[in-house]
Amino acid sequence: MLKIRDLQVNYGGISAVKGINIDVPEKSIVTLIGANGAGKSTTLRSIAGLVKPKFGSIEFMGQNILGMDPTEIVAKGITLVPEGRRIFGNLTVLENLKIGAYLQKSGIEEGIEKVYELFPRLKERSWQYAGTLSGGEQQMLAVGRALMAKPKLIMMDEPSLGLAPLIVNGIFDIIKEINKQGVTILLIEQNANKALKVADKAYVLETGTITIEGTGQELLKDQRVKDAYLGSKHTKEINI
Amino acid sequence: MTLETFLQQLANGISLGSLYSLIAIGYTMVYGILRLINFAHGDIFMMAAYFMVFGMVNFSLPWYISIIIVLIATIALGVLLERVAYKPLRDAPRMSIMISAIGASFLLENLATYLFTGVPKGFPDITFLTNSVTIAGVSLSVATIITPVVTIVCLFLVLFITNKTKIGMAMRAVSKDFETARLMGIKINRVISTTFIIGSSLAAVGAVLWGSKYPSIIPLMGVMPGLKCFIAAVLGGIGNTTGAVLGGFILGMAEIMLVTFLPALTGYRDAIAFIILIVVLLVKPTGLLGEKVTDKV
Repeated sequence: MLKIRDLQVNYGGISAVKGINIDVPEKSIVTLIGANGAGKSTTLRSIAGLVKPKFGSIEFMGQNILGMDPTEIVAKGITLVPEGRRIFGNLTVLENLKIGAYLQKSGIEEGIEKVYELFPRLKERSWQYAGTLSGGEQQMLAVGRALMAKPKLIMMDEPSLGLAPLIVNGIFDIIKEINKQGVTILLIEQNANKALKVADKAYVLETGTITIEGTGQELLKDQRVKDAYLGSKHTKEINI
Repeated sequence: MTLETFLQQLANGISLGSLYSLIAIGYTMVYGILRLINFAHGDIFMMAAYFMVFGMVNFSLPWYISIIIVLIATIALGVLLERVAYKPLRDAPRMSIMISAIGASFLLENLATYLFTGVPKGFPDITFLTNSVTIAGVSLSVATIITPVVTIVCLFLVLFITNKTKIGMAMRAVSKDFETARLMGIKINRVISTTFIIGSSLAAVGAVLWGSKYPSIIPLMGVMPGLKCFIAAVLGGIGNTTGAVLGGFILGMAEIMLVTFLPALTGYRDAIAFIILIVVLLVKPTGLLGEKVTDKV
């Protein structure tokens, strides 16, 4: 469904992504894991059209979307749930959902109903300003808002960041549920353990290059992944 | 002082205040979206007044047609200003775009001086506006009476657009977060143009009413009202439309009341706005109805 070939992105004079290949098959969950600054967010932002890559190709359902405007990319069926949620705090919960459907001509009411079904909490708070929601609720809203655009592919940038463990579990349940409904998911996570468990396919990104790839299960068992990202028992001693 | 004089001045204060309000809305809306003080806004107002002179004097068009032409021309100028002076600097530091705004302001003032000369032009007489009526022994021009009405109608129109329409929702979203708004499929440039369209059309309406009250048009006529309306916007809480109108009324009223009760200080009527600005910045920098900051990380 999404095919990235030799993607290179410069970010503020530094090459953040140095020629990566990623395949996201239809209806799958694919995850990118890696440390801070590895180039994960830059990759997603390039797909969404917020960043102009230096080189490479991004093909979505057989069509090159590289260089397109974010507006066109949303219209093609790709949405991004940005890092840090970035909900519109000065708009009500309902308005946040409506703005997610900005390019939709019809089916907005049904879309809202579906989101409320997924997140009943949002329905209770639909008239509240989104800025007054808790972190977990804001994340629900950010996901709900992205769903309003009727995406075929939804990209999530660190959805569990800064949330309580119980809420993180809820978020991962939602990710699986959305996927079950037929939406393809490309997920960035620092919580590698949880991400790999739900992922059909996973990539490890290190300083702009992909070092390991495989199914989620394979990577869970990979010693290098265990050492670097899963915090196994045999962590290296740290000498200060 | 007689009651009549007081009522007369009260009406003048309300009327001047509503003129300030109309222009202040333009400042506050552009600030809300671009975080930019559009210093050229006062000069857009000045150009609108000249457009009216051209329409009615040079082309001898009736006032109602002239007003439509003034509206269209002013909107075109406002949108053009945004395209040429601000859009290329979208990703530039805020200081650059502010300098560009100051430059655009000087450009318009000097262009007007070059094209229309510094000699004051008489604002055409719209008899229906300059007619005077007598209410309770006070003689007022129609313009004085309808200015506050027009301002309130415009305020409600702007509030309706920002709060109840789709483009208004997009405007509020863009004012909060450019990048995320783009991710929603919002065309940022279209939203910004809409903001300039609304601001410029209010400046055009303000210019027609202003000219009917103070019928001497010069290229620098936008400077002082522009500064005062900017102060009105700050006083009301910049970024807040209702606040801008409130600030405009307070400022206009303060100015006229100073002249009424302390005639000896008439020479300071322009200074009072700046005194208010200093006090606001010291005491309540967010203004009367300033945006509450609810940013969470």
